Amino acid sequence: MSQDVTKVVGSDRVKRGMAEMLKGGVIMDVVNVEQAKIAEDAGAVAVMALERVPADIRAQGGVSRASDPDMIQAIQAAVSIPVMAKVRIGHFVEAQVLESLKVDYIDESEVLTPADFEHHIDKWNFTIPFVCGATNLGEALRRINEGAAMIRSKGEAGTGDVSNATTHMRKIGSEIRRLTSMREEELYVAAKELQAPYALVKEVAQTGKLPVVLFTAGGIATPADAAMMMQLGADGVFVGSGIFKSGNPAQRAAAVVKATTYYTDAKIIADASRGLGEAMVGINVADIPVPHRLAERGW
Amino acid sequence: MHIGVLALQGDVREHLEALTRCGVQATPVKHAEEIERVDGLVIPGGESTTISKLAVAFGLDGLIRQRIKAGLPVYGSCAGMIMVASNIKDPASNQESFGGIDMVVRRNAFGRQVDSFESDLEFKGIEGSIRAVFIRAPWVESLGPSVEILASVEVDGETHPVAVRSERVLATSFHPELTGDDRVHRYFIDEICGR
Repeated sequence: MSQDVTKVVGSDRVKRGMAEMLKGGVIMDVVNVEQAKIAEDAGAVAVMALERVPADIRAQGGVSRASDPDMIQAIQAAVSIPVMAKVRIGHFVEAQVLESLKVDYIDESEVLTPADFEHHIDKWNFTIPFVCGATNLGEALRRINEGAAMIRSKGEAGTGDVSNATTHMRKIGSEIRRLTSMREEELYVAAKELQAPYALVKEVAQTGKLPVVLFTAGGIATPADAAMMMQLGADGVFVGSGIFKSGNPAQRAAAVVKATTYYTDAKIIADASRGLGEAMVGINVADIPVPHRLAERGW
Repeated sequence: MHIGVLALQGDVREHLEALTRCGVQATPVKHAEEIERVDGLVIPGGESTTISKLAVAFGLDGLIRQRIKAGLPVYGSCAGMIMVASNIKDPASNQESFGGIDMVVRRNAFGRQVDSFESDLEFKGIEGSIRAVFIRAPWVESLGPSVEILASVEVDGETHPVAVRSERVLATSFHPELTGDDRVHRYFIDEICGR
């Protein structure tokens, strides 16, 4: 009955399965131990450890890189929920460093300054799973083809403006639905148009969903924002600046968690939204000049 | 027979699909009136701290505890195993389990995600080996005399139970719902719910 097991680590099932366990949950950006504990107490399914939340990266400018290992390890020591961390697009050595720190998930993120304008990281080379951003289905499937085990729609990080997250979720959803209505021979052209591998396009057409978990990110600031993303088909949400740039982070964090679980129950969302104090001030995406929009990064 | 899958957070869909393939009525449950109606309950994989905090916030913990005590058949996988343990060795702050099995579980016992793995496993009461997927999984640290061990793994020379049963409550450290092999769900439905 007891057995010395031959363990297989880093399989597709183990990497993608980790993301399945996060479904219905909220992943929160945190910049220190105190925030990480607030997130865990509020019921976050994971935290994203980073030095500056997107709103500050936007405000301060400069090159944004992977975080200090000391800071990441302090957060790992402080909480028992999974700890994720970000690397620059294409920066495979930052990813090797995070793998050595045993973070639970790596976010190859457009929020940091890209390190490679042509290639993303070859994510099959890692035991640690990766999550990547996407604005449309083709981009999502290219990332999955490179080994991403989880996708998040990009939105426009650090704005508190949910409109781009809505656009990207609707876009990915409608492109999936379009594939499911196609004849088989039409899928070849669809793959060409999506600039995505035919095998993945065919799989999506057959199953009607991505082969990995799909979260939403970018601009989510209120319980209602989170619930709307869930109603649009997200498996869960990332909240970046929205919590710790608000008036009462602990209460807002717990409220977003509740609204994400009971996303079709308007009464619960209303109750969760009461008396939260000030939401993050926010920036309208339309006011950000195109070269400064983070969602445009990644290819 | 109507089995509910506790739908506060986690891989609810995979459990619903497995149960449906086994031929029972399976629905997500997250309101008290839904939990009152089911003939059996599955607590899915997910983040046990999140499930625990939501259950408390919405006043479901007392009801679930009471129904388990009254003999409701329950199956918990991974986070679900933690939730049906009488004791959690290393709980997050304010994390409370529902209880149901007299045992102490250790969360994230195998390590972080980089240590997550899959392997073949013998499971008492199921013929042939099953493919077990362990994701930041717990194990049973110690257990009471009423608890039957159904599967164990050996790590560094020590044996740790990863599937246990106590009367009408079943728990596994691993995730049969991720493999498409429904034998553990069938075991729960046939042997524990008594279909």
